[in-house]
Amino acid sequence: MSALLAVIRRDLLLVMRRKSEVLTILFFFVIVTSLFPLGIGADTALLRKIAPGVIWVTALLSTMLGLQRLFASDFADGTLEQMALSPTPLTLLVGGKIAAHWLVCGLPLVLLAPVIGLQFDLDASTLGTFILALLIGTPILSLIGAIGAALTLGVRGGGVLLSLLVLPLYIPVLIFGAGAVYAQSVGLDVGGHFSVLAALLVLALFFAPWATTAAVRIAIE
Amino acid sequence: MMWNSPADFLAMGGYALYVWSSFGLCALILILEPIAIHARRKAITQRLRREIRAEKFDKEGMK
Amino acid sequence: MSSTIGKNGNQFIHWFKFSSPATFYPLAGKLIPFFWALAIIFGIAGLWISFFVAPVDAVQGQGYRIIFIHVPASWMSMFIYIVMAVWAGLGLVFNTRLSAMMAQALAPTGALMAFISLWTGAFWGKPMWGAWWVWDARLTSELILLFLYLGFMALQASIDDPRRADKAGAILALVGVVNVPIIYFSVKWWNTLHQGASISVDKAPSMAHTMLLGMLLMALCLWMYSIAVALMRVRAIILERESHADWVRSLEGVK
Repeated sequence: MSALLAVIRRDLLLVMRRKSEVLTILFFFVIVTSLFPLGIGADTALLRKIAPGVIWVTALLSTMLGLQRLFASDFADGTLEQMALSPTPLTLLVGGKIAAHWLVCGLPLVLLAPVIGLQFDLDASTLGTFILALLIGTPILSLIGAIGAALTLGVRGGGVLLSLLVLPLYIPVLIFGAGAVYAQSVGLDVGGHFSVLAALLVLALFFAPWATTAAVRIAIE
Repeated sequence: MMWNSPADFLAMGGYALYVWSSFGLCALILILEPIAIHARRKAITQRLRREIRAEKFDKEGMK
Repeated sequence: MSSTIGKNGNQFIHWFKFSSPATFYPLAGKLIPFFWALAIIFGIAGLWISFFVAPVDAVQGQGYRIIFIHVPASWMSMFIYIVMAVWAGLGLVFNTRLSAMMAQALAPTGALMAFISLWTGAFWGKPMWGAWWVWDARLTSELILLFLYLGFMALQASIDDPRRADKAGAILALVGVVNVPIIYFSVKWWNTLHQGASISVDKAPSMAHTMLLGMLLMALCLWMYSIAVALMRVRAIILERESHADWVRSLEGVK
């Protein structure tokens, strides 16, 4: 447990020393979501309709931008190999890095969502659903994305390849996450969407760290 | 017989575009794929032949 | 791994002789014409039933005949993915090169089957249900399947070290396996545009017997074709990856 916290603390410390890496990703999220109201104009009905999809897709893309830095620097300077050799289970350490990634790239999206949502003229209950859906969904994105990040470690064309691998796996999260928000905005029941999201989170929590660890070992050897 | 004439068969009751596009694409793929694999095989065998000839040349010199 | 293990005459042990690329290569070469012959036979029989025996549909007229390509291709796209994932997983667990090569050989064929499924589905959907494409569960997950195939192929193509490519691809293939049951059960779980299952393991099929026969024959045709083509491709892959080996260099057609 302490090893887990130590890894999280270390990653957060490293991020704090180079805040620009993360702030640019959040800035990307804010800017891109702002482009849509600017481009479409003041048609609030249309904005309210596209908001779930647009904000979710931008969240997906932002998370993916952050995935690059999940293992890359540790792989480059040999820290990842040291982690693999240490007595602590590698899965635990990998889990810690994924948790740190979510704290840095996922949680800020959740906190920014209300602000973004206002640009799209979403009402309070829809915003509330949005925050909850992102809260459940962004960890799934970090977990699944970590598998892709580990698989493409040190590979040529890594960034684009990462997108090709990870985006198809993100599609169910997108469908149910955006679906939940849309359902709330038109007054339909959101229970089904949230159940599936929660199920996806549980599945990801169980299998993703394991698959990521296997992929990390393959990349290291 | 199902069809009154070859023209009827080709027309597929008005659905000709859809039916023949579907079967046509499938037939095309089933023909092109083996051709592509054959080309791949030819590429590797030619490369190996060249390599072996080059190695023999290196070993035995001009003959 | 050779016949020294099989001294007790156990049939099962002899299979391991073929787990080396050197012994599998000629075996595959002998099997290929056999599977092509089966594919052609089933194809002719299937097409005959599809066009000349199966009756006109009451609702969809002659247009429904696309089913004889669409359903077999969809089945094959799912089946090939599972077989590919199994081979890749075996390669990961037992550290065998040939299993990984087999997975690599299957991927393009599976991707093409998924593409045929999506294309024929679109050409069937347009006249019957008025849309080339809808985002219902089954179509979306079949599209994801195509992306998974392409991702598998792209990942292996990008990694220079072949063994690392094999193992990384295996993880990706295994992660994506969860998509296949989703495609299969999506029509049961979600009541959207794509029609429900007409064929199931435990109930009598709800379509005319000739139609079912046509579909099964076409499915068998595509299955035999896929095996033939995968064996052809794996032979090319073996040549590429084992090119340094003596047995390759002494092959007819190469030396």
